[in-house]
Amino acid sequence: MLLQALAFYLFAFVTIAAGGMVVVSRNPVYSVLFLILAFFNAAALFLLIGAEFVAMILVIVYVGAVAVLFLFVVMMLDIKITELREGFLKYFPIGALIGVVLLAEILFALGIFGGSSPTIAALDKAGAHIGAVENTRAIGRVLYTQYFFLFQSAGVVLLVAMIGAIVLTLRRRPGVRRQRVAEQLYRPKDQAITVVKVPTRGGVS
Amino acid sequence: MYADLIHFFTTHWLGQAIVILAECLAVTVPLLVAVAYMTYADRKIWASIQLRRGPNVVGPFGLLQPFADGLKLLLKETIVPSSANTVLFLIAPMITFMTALIAWAVVPFADGWVIADINVGILYLFAISSLGVYGIIIAGWASNSKYAFLGALRSAAQMVSYEVSIGFVLVTVLLCVGSLNLSKIVLAQTGWFWNWYWLPLLPMFVIFFISALAETNRTPFDLPMSEAELVQGFQTEYSSMPFALFFLGEYANMILLSAMGSILFLGGWMSPIPYAPFTYVPGVVWFALKIAMLLFVFSWTKGTLPRYRYDQLMRLGWKVFLPISLGWLVLTAAVLQFGGWVPGK
Repeated sequence: MLLQALAFYLFAFVTIAAGGMVVVSRNPVYSVLFLILAFFNAAALFLLIGAEFVAMILVIVYVGAVAVLFLFVVMMLDIKITELREGFLKYFPIGALIGVVLLAEILFALGIFGGSSPTIAALDKAGAHIGAVENTRAIGRVLYTQYFFLFQSAGVVLLVAMIGAIVLTLRRRPGVRRQRVAEQLYRPKDQAITVVKVPTRGGVS
Repeated sequence: MYADLIHFFTTHWLGQAIVILAECLAVTVPLLVAVAYMTYADRKIWASIQLRRGPNVVGPFGLLQPFADGLKLLLKETIVPSSANTVLFLIAPMITFMTALIAWAVVPFADGWVIADINVGILYLFAISSLGVYGIIIAGWASNSKYAFLGALRSAAQMVSYEVSIGFVLVTVLLCVGSLNLSKIVLAQTGWFWNWYWLPLLPMFVIFFISALAETNRTPFDLPMSEAELVQGFQTEYSSMPFALFFLGEYANMILLSAMGSILFLGGWMSPIPYAPFTYVPGVVWFALKIAMLLFVFSWTKGTLPRYRYDQLMRLGWKVFLPISLGWLVLTAAVLQFGGWVPGK
């Protein structure tokens, strides 16, 4: 139990410290690397409360895919570090405001400001479902029955966002030479390669 | 006395720590030896394909060659380019090497022979294998060199693309098993070798293997380090031990993906014929043989195929593998549902 508490404080501390470093580090590449560290520690926190499925999905989706693409883009940007510093104070108030609003929302959902919390009630209800079932199965059962429509509409929202991004960035440039893959694939073998029988210790000239 | 010892190792925290440490060593040391001999086997196989002899000078049949190479790399000077980001430059190979090793914690070598038999084993493997890209991309950026950077970008795009189809392949297997636990995945394939998933899920096995080639940056998908264009890609600036760590990590990753392939499709530790003389052979031997078989195909491909063009690589990942694996996933789900074969209801 003591070990678990120690682990919790370690991971929680590193998560918050890494989150802070994301904001204050001078180099955007370092920021993304600290963000990855924060993701990792959040995953470890999930593991501590026994939410192994969520922890693994967090690592796969955020660390394995999203953060790689972040890093990919940030590394290619040519950013002057001093310019970034100037923007910091300008954007600090609005950033802090958003942070406070999000924190207030979480606290409100957990019923800190009094009143019964629907979130806690829902969590208790879900907890009753879980029992001895491993948590991948438990999530599946709730997600595909009780919250089916919400889950599907979340998927539709993502699909719309994806199509939107494609439409916004799609441009047709004239005079582009395209690869005709079908033509390349249907090239007959005798035009593409020559098969030579090489005698052992003979070689080919 | 004996009972005391058992009591110590199972209950006392120090005893448990010793046991865990011993388990880790029992996996890591054979793995590193396997990596060393994989490099030897690779060179021998390529040599045979090209009608050469391969390493045959150091030790009998050149068997000590990998250790000679290791010693050579160890004794060389570590060069860090003056304009490189020193910390990240040195961390990158460590990340590659570490991610290649920690994944082995969940791999079942035989029935019950696994360090951590976790419920989400396959997700853990998938997560760890998707982390391997960080070593490469950080190396490319920290080297502060054009070739290294281009190699890293190629590698990042390539690995992210092929992970998508590997993910769908995994989901297809999971549907048939009804569990994410690796031991259960193997146990679900009990029986003759045609009961293993390679046959019912043959297209998925092929896609998995080709994606594994792309995931480990091996020929024909070794564009991140294609020597004709990018010198040695993200490894260009590395020398000595950091280079050796990349090298070891790359081979350990290959062995890991072969192990994944044999667990998912070739029945893990199961014997191909479930009858007497064959079932006496320990499971770990069958497992090693299956891994060796897949690794041979890795080397064989490298000796045979020319390199892909980058746009062809991307097309194959996104426009061929993704639709096929997605379609096969839907098909498998439909067959399981309407055939009444859904496992573990």
